[in-house]
Amino acid sequence: MDVGQLQRRFLDYTASLFREGFLDDQFNQLQQLQDESNPDFVVEIVSLFFQDSEKLLNNLTRALDQQSVDYKRVDAHVHQLKGSSSSIGAYRVKNVCIAFRSYCEEQNIQGCLRCLHQVKHEYSLVKNKLETLLRLEQQILAAGGSIPLMV
Amino acid sequence: MAVSYSSSSSKEMDYGEEPHVLAVDDSLIDRKLIEKLLKNSACKVTTAENGPRALEYLGLGDEQPDNLKSSASKINLIITDYCMPGMTGYELLKKIKESSTMKEIPVVIMSSENIPTRINKCLEEGAQEFMLKPLQQSDVKKLRCHMLKFSKPCNSRLCLGR
Repeated sequence: MDVGQLQRRFLDYTASLFREGFLDDQFNQLQQLQDESNPDFVVEIVSLFFQDSEKLLNNLTRALDQQSVDYKRVDAHVHQLKGSSSSIGAYRVKNVCIAFRSYCEEQNIQGCLRCLHQVKHEYSLVKNKLETLLRLEQQILAAGGSIPLMV
Repeated sequence: MAVSYSSSSSKEMDYGEEPHVLAVDDSLIDRKLIEKLLKNSACKVTTAENGPRALEYLGLGDEQPDNLKSSASKINLIITDYCMPGMTGYELLKKIKESSTMKEIPVVIMSSENIPTRINKCLEEGAQEFMLKPLQQSDVKKLRCHMLKFSKPCNSRLCLGR
């Protein structure tokens, strides 16, 4: 596949992620921050997001599995996840976190467990999509092209 | 317009040092983001992961000898997250404003939540501005004006509108 085709495929894929709500404009902001002085910026931030999220999801699972749930603690973890997903533009994950916080406030265990399930699902979807996207970027760069920006 | 002033200041802007910003946030992702945004705006950046570390850097930590204060006096702006475990951004703001050496440094508070009472509380305590996260390049560009006002040794000069 030539560079042009790879770039078109990248743009189409990115557009679909935005259309389906997996990513929002904040992700564009990240792409725009990447430059020659920081060529791996997006990969670094996305990797941090993966590490951070996995830790938080484990903490949340444990916290909600307690006999006596500490909702303040659960909320603190969700707040963190909401923050990081918002910072990278993981729109659907962020939205589940918003609902999750309401259930924490209500101390609604069923609501919380549902949200935990949902956020894990959304996280694994966006992780998959981002990995695919970053792989496409690598292919473009390897073929000597540059990453087209969605403006 | 004071021609002599503006020519000497423009020399300072051309050959002078970049403004130095201290950015405080407990989230590593957000620290990396704010650092990049600030560097893109030609700022030197130091990050701290919490209030106590930030205060230490500023020479305001507990049990700190006075001679450490000299490095911190070159900070042109402090930008801090509001929600941090332990010391919040608001509490950090208060400590800075209570310090005779640091109270002139402009402090900007960031938050992911748009809560009017929170915003007012911070502004009343002396925060220069309150910004919603996630920050964008355009937000950071706006901060430059606050920083230039504070460039030493021209503290008393007006922002030249750059």
